[in-house]
Amino acid sequence: MPTPNDHPTRRVHVEINGQAVVRDVECRKHLTDFLREDCGLKGSHLGCEHGVCGACTVRVDGQIVRGCLVLAAQADGCRIETVETETPSPRLKALQDAFIEHNALQCGYCTPGMLMAALDLVERRPHAGREEVRAWISGNYCRCTGYHAIVDAVCAVLAQQQAGRFSDAALLEAAK
Amino acid sequence: MKSSAFDYVRAESPQHALALLAQHGDDARILAGGQTLLASLNLRLSQPTLLIDIGGLAGWRGIALQGAVLRIGALTRHVEVEESPLVALHAPLLAQAAPHIAHRAIRNMGTVGGSLAYADPAAEWPACVLALDATLVIHGAAGERRVAAADFFQGLYTTALQEGELLAAVEMPLLQPGERHAFAELSRRHGDYAVAGLAARARWDGHTLHGLRLAFLSLGDRPLRARAAEALLQAGPLDDSRIAAADAALRAELQPFADLTHSAAAKTQMAATLMRRAVRTLCT
Repeated sequence: MPTPNDHPTRRVHVEINGQAVVRDVECRKHLTDFLREDCGLKGSHLGCEHGVCGACTVRVDGQIVRGCLVLAAQADGCRIETVETETPSPRLKALQDAFIEHNALQCGYCTPGMLMAALDLVERRPHAGREEVRAWISGNYCRCTGYHAIVDAVCAVLAQQQAGRFSDAALLEAAK
Repeated sequence: MKSSAFDYVRAESPQHALALLAQHGDDARILAGGQTLLASLNLRLSQPTLLIDIGGLAGWRGIALQGAVLRIGALTRHVEVEESPLVALHAPLLAQAAPHIAHRAIRNMGTVGGSLAYADPAAEWPACVLALDATLVIHGAAGERRVAAADFFQGLYTTALQEGELLAAVEMPLLQPGERHAFAELSRRHGDYAVAGLAARARWDGHTLHGLRLAFLSLGDRPLRARAAEALLQAGPLDDSRIAAADAALRAELQPFADLTHSAAAKTQMAATLMRRAVRTLCT
């Protein structure tokens, strides 16, 4: 058995933003430290590191999770999406633009987690109202904005989506 | 903070998990969804040397009708209960309660069995399974045994699970004709721990409540039935005087713990409010 001075490791195979990654990683290392320290992806932030603040929100196999409450070893075999994907989805790009337009960030520390939670909402709950947006992002703390601007930004993207901005035809047109 | 070092093993079967547990005893911890365990490891409230990850045991995950019960595997995620058509049809109390559990990102990982085995008195599932008179299915080296929810929760973070045993599933009786469920809780923000919460079920015949069960969370060292109030509320046709009598009985029988921000008196008042709201839901 390991003593506190031993640091058992485990080989982990994951797909991160479409790229296959294989690393030996300390068993105790959580997914956010793995992404930041072992993979050089600094977009996911650590605030509280015990599951309260949401700054570390990423997607594992298509579901948002707390990166600080998932071990890298647990994610072995999984598909991981972070905010710094090289090919942001049209919805993620629209959220980033809307956050800037609505002043939905000041220091920006919560923004990556906020964007990933919002992206999940926009994809899963296309008809969400303001109250549902608030409930959905209640797990993501922001100490600067007071949330109103963030809710405004997310609602703006929901409205764009309802107006057909992300339909196949609209995306094809935009790509021209 | 970072957790101290530990080794990590993925259990390949329940037998494998039980064998590892027998070998390593209290040096090991079972990892299900990890939404409580990994937070407490990061805070170094616990420093095991081995995590036994049972998250991949597919046979213990999922929701299915089995005869007269709805069986929910211990490794079923909260979000799977929240979105299950079977749960909505046969145990709507659980569908009502699920959105109150923390936040979406946590409900995606956290498991029903993890929450029940941890037995936090502020958690939603323990009160729900008590209100529904569910049965917990426990696996150990000697085989399988079943424990009623009323006997499972024995105190603060304390259950009928013995050393070397694992919770495999929970079985709910199916919703009967005329039976209604109500879940509500009061918290400072959405997703916070409840200051007080109530899981309730009853059959309503248009005049009188029958088989009423009121299970409160966040008021004591375990989920608590309010038996005096239950008895008064279903002693005859429901009217304002009966509700008033039950209210007085409830305030007398509850002995809630105060917490950092709420006195026992405030919690009692909230419990009484929740009971009135639940009764209204059950009979309309």
